[in-house]
Amino acid sequence: MKIKINISSETVVKPIIAESILETGVLLNVSQAHFDRSHGEIVADVMEEHYEKMYKALSSRGARVTRLDSPIEWNEEECVECSACISVCPTRVFSLEEDYSLKVDKAKCIQCGTCVEMCPQRALTLINNK
Amino acid sequence: MVKKTIHEINARIRDGSVNVVTAEEMVNIVGELGPEGASREVDVVTTGTFGAMCSSGVWFNFGHSEPPIKMQKVWMNDVEAYTGVAAVDAYMGATQLSESQGMDYGGAHVIEDLLRGKSVDVHAISHGTDCYPRKVLDTSLSLDDMNQAIMINPRNAYQKYNAATNSSKQTIHTYMGSLLPRLGNVTYSGAGVLSPLSNDPEYLTIGTGTRIFLGGAQGYIVGQGTQHASAGMFGTLMVQGDLKKMSPDYIRAANFTGYGTSLYVGMGIPIPVLDERIAQATAVRDADITTSILDYSVPSRDRPVLRKVTYEELRSGHVELEGREVATSSLSSFKRARAIASELRDWISRGDFFVSMPVERLPGNTSSHAMKETEGVSFVSDIMSVSVVTIEKDASVYKAAKIIMETAFNHLPVVSKDNVLVGIVTAWDISKAVSQNKFDLVEDIMTRKVITARGDEQVAVVARRLDQHGVSALPVVNGGNHVVGIITSDDISKLFARRH
Ligand code: SF4
Ligand code: SF4
Repeated sequence: MKIKINISSETVVKPIIAESILETGVLLNVSQAHFDRSHGEIVADVMEEHYEKMYKALSSRGARVTRLDSPIEWNEEECVECSACISVCPTRVFSLEEDYSLKVDKAKCIQCGTCVEMCPQRALTLINNK
Repeated sequence: MVKKTIHEINARIRDGSVNVVTAEEMVNIVGELGPEGASREVDVVTTGTFGAMCSSGVWFNFGHSEPPIKMQKVWMNDVEAYTGVAAVDAYMGATQLSESQGMDYGGAHVIEDLLRGKSVDVHAISHGTDCYPRKVLDTSLSLDDMNQAIMINPRNAYQKYNAATNSSKQTIHTYMGSLLPRLGNVTYSGAGVLSPLSNDPEYLTIGTGTRIFLGGAQGYIVGQGTQHASAGMFGTLMVQGDLKKMSPDYIRAANFTGYGTSLYVGMGIPIPVLDERIAQATAVRDADITTSILDYSVPSRDRPVLRKVTYEELRSGHVELEGREVATSSLSSFKRARAIASELRDWISRGDFFVSMPVERLPGNTSSHAMKETEGVSFVSDIMSVSVVTIEKDASVYKAAKIIMETAFNHLPVVSKDNVLVGIVTAWDISKAVSQNKFDLVEDIMTRKVITARGDEQVAVVARRLDQHGVSALPVVNGGNHVVGIITSDDISKLFARRH
């Protein structure tokens, strides 16, 4: 499963990920990371059965941990099939069918949120995108 | 030589014998029969396009209130409409933004809400006159309550449009959608093979008075659109139609992150096939229509052209750019463009829509020029301060504090031994370090990712950069990344203050 770890500016300089891994012995597979002066955000894979342990270790060090268990939601009513979302998705969740209808393969979604900003109809939402 | 008249074609529409095909179908017909055979066979070719057309809006006539008011300013759902024409008329532009909701809601949404049968809050103010004594008005109106709701779009249906990409290191948000860093994607607009003006590039049948499909209803071409630049194949159309008869399937509000609102407009134009020249023109394919990929990271009118490209390549899903395959996506719906071309075809076949010749041709060979600016443009080098004080990265925090105290500069660019910019420290960084009892080297507390400016950049561009990054000063560097000055938001405010 995927989790998102948000770290505030005070904790961003501390090695909390490394400490949590050492403490729990659970491995984290980081798939995305973004840092700036005000905060840090990491998306990582962790095994379902180790989630609780990791959650506690990270939370006790001041990080905010969210489960990423809901992929992109597509509101077909709002969608005008402009296909703008196709070129920004890193995992090719979107494609066009023969008749130019939009095809959405949710299983491939890594919940990066890029398409949410791109969609001019606000037809794409990510529950965990906060 | 085949020669047909509009009257002959309309007679066939009336008696049901007309042969109408879409521009997509016409490609093969001309391929098989040649232009002459095709012009004998086919009477009308229908086109279609469904894309975001910012230059769109609706004229409303609200009717008179009791006592009457001369609306001097009017808002619909908190979005201001343009007045200054008679008492109760106003034009709602698609890109006007809500005063309370900002970029999330705009004129396009007001138009779509009305189209969907919702009522909108109308608020108007006036100075009051002897004949129009009322000063404030608040009411709620639906589309049925308006006397007229006439869509007039000053610039629609671009013959073709540039494709966009971004070579900078950050994602940028534009009216061409989100453009990922380092040429991460390419976006484009336009229906290619189905595009109305690409199927009649000489404007033989498309002009003032041509009856068209607009938003699901019959509409008309008013004439050339604003910025019509026929010489470069960038023709545009001004169109009009009755909003009350349109459908939300073909008129939709859009919202481009970081840019604002726009309106998706569905339009279809029938092209009567009067002779083989017209038949030949309607055989245009995606591969025949070229456009340029522009670098939108350059915030200038003259964006660099990275390469020429055909709609066929753009529509394939990727193009090659600087040796890499880059994903493309359209901002307009080809599926809906197709639906429009088919619907228009069906209207004509059923005898519900008659074709017309323009009463006036669109001007050929026009070009659109840039704005004449009389105020003179300011460059960074004109207003930056050249007496910039820098500090070396292995200086102490104490020394930096002392310099800031003595010079009253709030920002010190940090340089290496050979004077190359490596960071920046501010009075704030120093106070923070002091409060944490850190008196180490400047290097340890500086910000390494410095946002900079160049002397030959326009002040307006740099002002936007300051805003975007929420900083108040930028070191000005030359090609070798040596500091040659510093520009602060104060310098910029002073410049603008002088002008007003
Ligand atoms: S960007 Fe939005 S409106 Fe366009 S195709 Fe994708 S989901 Fe649909
Ligand atoms: S959230 Fe990211 S991975 Fe998921 S569909 Fe959108 S762009 Fe693709």
